[in-house]
Amino acid sequence: MDNMPNPLRCFREQQSAEMFLDDGVETVTSVEQKKVEQSIQEVMSVYKQIHSLPQPTLLREQHYQYLKKGLRHLSDAYECLDASRPWLCFWILHSLELLQEPIPAAVASDVCQFLARCQSPTGGFAGGPGQHAHLAPTYAAVNALCIIGTDEAYNVIDREKLLDFLWSVKQPDGSFVMHVGGEVDVRSAYCAASVASLTNILTPKLFENTTNWILSCQNWEGGLSGVPGLEAHGGYTFCGTAALVILGKEHMLDLKALLRWVVSRQMRFEGGFQGRCNKLVDGCYSFWQAGLLPLLHRALYKEGESELSQQRWMFEQQALQEYILLCCQNPTGGLLDKPGKSRDFYHTCYCLSGLSIAQHFGNMDNHYEVILVYRNICAEYNLEAPTHPVYNICPEKVAQALQHFLRMPVPEVSRQPGGSGEDRPSDAAAASSSADLQS
Amino acid sequence: MSGIEETVESVQVNEDKEFDVEVEEHIEDEFAVDPTRYIFYRDRKEWADLEPVPQDDGPNPVVKIAYSEKFSDVYDYFRALLKNDEKTERAFALTADAIDLNAANYTVWHYRRVLLQALSKDLKEEMKYITNIIEEQPKNYQVWHHRRMVVEWLNDPSEELRFIADILSQDAKNYHAWQHRQWVIQEYKLWDNELEFVENLLEEDVRNNSAWNQRHFVISHTTGFSDPAVVEREIQYCLNQIRKAPHNESAWNYLKGMLQDRGLSSQPGLLERVLELKETHCSPYLLAFLFDCYEDALENITQKEKVEEEEQKETLRKALEICRLLAQEKDTIRKEYWEFLGRSLRNKYGNGALSDEPMAENPEPSISASQSQEAS
Repeated sequence: MDNMPNPLRCFREQQSAEMFLDDGVETVTSVEQKKVEQSIQEVMSVYKQIHSLPQPTLLREQHYQYLKKGLRHLSDAYECLDASRPWLCFWILHSLELLQEPIPAAVASDVCQFLARCQSPTGGFAGGPGQHAHLAPTYAAVNALCIIGTDEAYNVIDREKLLDFLWSVKQPDGSFVMHVGGEVDVRSAYCAASVASLTNILTPKLFENTTNWILSCQNWEGGLSGVPGLEAHGGYTFCGTAALVILGKEHMLDLKALLRWVVSRQMRFEGGFQGRCNKLVDGCYSFWQAGLLPLLHRALYKEGESELSQQRWMFEQQALQEYILLCCQNPTGGLLDKPGKSRDFYHTCYCLSGLSIAQHFGNMDNHYEVILVYRNICAEYNLEAPTHPVYNICPEKVAQALQHFLRMPVPEVSRQPGGSGEDRPSDAAAASSSADLQS
Repeated sequence: MSGIEETVESVQVNEDKEFDVEVEEHIEDEFAVDPTRYIFYRDRKEWADLEPVPQDDGPNPVVKIAYSEKFSDVYDYFRALLKNDEKTERAFALTADAIDLNAANYTVWHYRRVLLQALSKDLKEEMKYITNIIEEQPKNYQVWHHRRMVVEWLNDPSEELRFIADILSQDAKNYHAWQHRQWVIQEYKLWDNELEFVENLLEEDVRNNSAWNQRHFVISHTTGFSDPAVVEREIQYCLNQIRKAPHNESAWNYLKGMLQDRGLSSQPGLLERVLELKETHCSPYLLAFLFDCYEDALENITQKEKVEEEEQKETLRKALEICRLLAQEKDTIRKEYWEFLGRSLRNKYGNGALSDEPMAENPEPSISASQSQEAS
C-alpha cells in the first residue's frame, strides 16, 4: 500500500483561504459564522498538536456505552422528550445498528413491548403510553420495530388501525396534519409515506394530491420548505424528497435546482452542512442534507443522466467525515451539533447516519467505501454499516420488512378524510406502488 | 429539526415560576408558610377526590426517564383527568403546569384547547398566556400552533405582526415565527407594510436568508415577477446589495431564483453587468451565476434561429472554463458537482453533440465490477 501519509483535507494549507469573507460588512450572520469557524479552527489545531499522525477515530466504545445506557435510563434532562419516546428508541437503536452493535434479544423484546404501549387504540403511535397518536413517533416506532426485525416486532403494528390513523390526518389538499388537531408541514407526508410503504398499507388514494402539495414546497432557492412559501430547509427538503421517492414522483421536482441548492449547503471551511443558506453548520444535517445526494443520484440516473460519477456522491465525502469525527464527537460518548454543544441522542443518530452516507457509495452496479485512509488500519475501524437513504435504517432491515409485510393484503379502509363511512375495495394495484421502494 | 434537538440538553429548570398553590393554615405565626411554596397535587385537598394514574411503562421499561417528583405528580393527575374526560377549571389550571414541565406535550395542548372551548374561557387571556410561553420557548412547534388556533377562534390578528416582529428581533431567522407570519399575512391579507418590514430586516442583516425569502414571498403574492419594472427594480436591489457585500450568497441566490423561470439570458444587459462586477467583486457565487447565464444561453440557442456555431462553441468554452475554475480553485468543496456539470454540459453541447453521433465524453473511468476502494 502507500507509505505516504494521507493528510486530512482540513489540514491542507489552502484551508484557511476557505474562511468566511465578510467584505467589511459585519452583521449578526457574519459574526456568528466567524465565531464557529474560529472554534472549528481551534479544534483542528489542538488535534494537530496532539496527534503527529492524523487518525480521526470513531469512538465506538464510548458511543456504545452512552447508547446502551440511554436505551434503559435517561436523566430528567429528558423530560422535554417525554412526548417523543419512540424517537429515543429509534435514535438509539439506529445508532447501535450503524455501529454494528447487536441488540440483545431481551432488550429488543422490551422495546417491542414498550412501543406496543405507545400504540394508540385508534391507530398510530404516540410519544408515550396514554398520549395521542402523532405521525412523528409513528415514523420512529415503525422504524425502530423494523430495525429489531423480529416477528414480535412486526406483530406490534396494527396495520388496519394504522391506516385508519393515516386517513384521520389526511387533508383534502394532499397534506397531512402531524396529529388530529395539529399542524401541517412536509414532515408529515414523509412520516406517512414511510410507514405506509414499509407496512404495505399504501394506496394511491391515500396519497392523492400529496405529490402536488410536496412539489409546491420547492421554492425559488431550489430546496423545499416546511410549508409552501417558507425558506428552503434541510430537514424539510429531505422529508419532501424522500416522500416523493417513495411515491415514485421525485422526477417531478426541479432536480437540477434542488441539486444546486443542496450541494451549496456544504460549508467550505467546516466541511459539514448547514440547514439553510447563511446559517451555521450542524452535525445533524450530515444526514438530512448529505442524505439527499444518494436520492438525487438515483433520481437523475432514472431520468437518463449519463454523466453521473460511478464512485462518488456529489458532495465532499472526506470533508464531511472529518467534520463529524473531529468536531462532533463527545470524548465520553455521543455526538453533537458542533463544538461547544452538548451531546444528545438525536445528534448521535444523525451524525452517525451522515457518516455512513459519506462512507458508502452504491449504485446498481458498484459499491464503494470511501473511508479516510491512514497509514494503519484505523480507517477500517471507523467503517459503519450502510444506511438506506430513504428510510434511514439499514438496507437489509428495509428489505426484510418489505418482504414480511408484502405477504399481507392491504387493509380495507373504513373511512375517507372527513370521516364518511364509505367502504372502498382493497386496491390490488397498490402492491405495485411499493415496488418502487427499493433503491 | 427544530423542536426536538433544540430543547434537549439546553432545557433549564425554571426555579422562579409562580405556582398554583393554596395557602396552608398557619401552624404558628412565627412559622408562617411561604405562599409561593409548591404543593404537590397529591397533597392538595381540592384534588383528593381524584385518583392519580401512574404511567404504564410496563415491567421492563426502555428509555425510562428519571422524572422529578413534581413532573410525575403533575402528569399522574393529568392522566387521571384524561381518563375521566374531566372538563373543569381545575383541569384547565393543571394543563398550565403540565405545559410548563413539557411544552412539547401535544396531548396536553390538545386537551387545553378542548377545555378552552368547553369552559368558554376568555381567549384574550389565553393570548396573553401564549404570548408569554412563546417568548420563553420560541422554538417549539406546539406553542405556535396553539397561538394560531386562538387567533383563528378570536378572528383577531391585530397583535400578530408586532408580536412576531418582537420574536424576530431576538432571533431573526426563527422558522416558526416566519411560518406564523406568512400564515397571518395570507389569511388576513396584511400585505401592505410587509415589503418595508423586509427591507428593514435586510438593512440590519443583508445576509438574513429568511428575510430574502420573505421578500420573494411578498412580491410573488402582490405584484408578481412578470412586471418588467418590478424585475428591474429587484435586479437593481440585488446588485446594490452585492456591491456592498459580494460574498453574500443570499443575494446571488435571490437574483437567480427570481429570473430562472424566465431564463437568465432573457434579461438583457444582465450578463454584462455581472461581467463588470467580476473584476472588482468576484466570488464563487458570481462565477456560478455566470455559468448559469452561459448554460441558459446554450439552452436557448438550440431553440432560437441559427446562431453562429463559433458563438455557441465560445459560450460552451466559457462555461466549461468556469466549471474548471470552480472545481479546482474557487469552490473545491463542490468539486464533484462542478465536474459533473462540466461533463453534462460537454455531453449535451460538446463536439459530439453538435453532429449526429452522440459522443459521451467521460473522463472518469467506467468501472463495472463490485469493489472496495479507499479514498486518497
